Amino acid sequence: MPTPTKGPRLGGSPAHQRLILANLATSLFEHGRITTTEAKAKRLRPYAESLITRAKVDTVANRRQVVKVIRDKEILHVLFTEIAPKYTTRPGGYTRITKIGPRKGDNAPMAVIELVEEKDFSVTTKTPKKKAAKTEAAPVAESADEVKDQIAAADEAETETTTDEAVVEAPADEAAAETTEGDADKA
Amino acid sequence: MAVPKRKMSRSNTRHRRSQWKATAPQLVTCANPACRAKHLPHRACPDCGQYGPRGEQRQVI
Repeated sequence: MPTPTKGPRLGGSPAHQRLILANLATSLFEHGRITTTEAKAKRLRPYAESLITRAKVDTVANRRQVVKVIRDKEILHVLFTEIAPKYTTRPGGYTRITKIGPRKGDNAPMAVIELVEEKDFSVTTKTPKKKAAKTEAAPVAESADEVKDQIAAADEAETETTTDEAVVEAPADEAAAETTEGDADKA
Repeated sequence: MAVPKRKMSRSNTRHRRSQWKATAPQLVTCANPACRAKHLPHRACPDCGQYGPRGEQRQVI
């Protein structure tokens, strides 16, 4: 069974829905920000972001996949040469939805969906913090071990006993599991 | 086809309609110090068009 689309259905038919989403995505890439209803903006966000993700790698195959949706060649060129290179280091989340008040004519809740600003998300900025934290924690533990060798030996003895208990307990659990399975088979 | 058996009395009609009540929406004050208008929460302010926490507002509209 195919998974239903997340969010409300748009238009009157699947073809109409495809056209609405394609036109919304084209307009978004053309203007950078568009005002639409909340329902359409929520449907457009994953649709447009998957297109940008595909456009990040400029190959003939990817261009053929994207041109199925973005039929305007000028906007296709802008997407592959200007929009996608901005987000090379950004791991998804290329668009932002901001709710604005209800529309005058039919009180429909409106929203602005826009492409977010360029920002550097290169991996080197994150990893040093974690490594530094680990290296700081490790020496302290080592010095403590050196000071309390005797206590550590006592601890080891205790841990051995506990591991033995764990080993004893584990087969019991397995046996219990087997018995339950056997009961299930009987039932 | 199902049809009403009795005329709906004026009293019953008015009693039913008296339950149609509107509630005032919860409003917040705009974070923009120059605006300070009341607007719906989690929505851009329609007066100044800004959205975001205090000190980090963005011009949306």
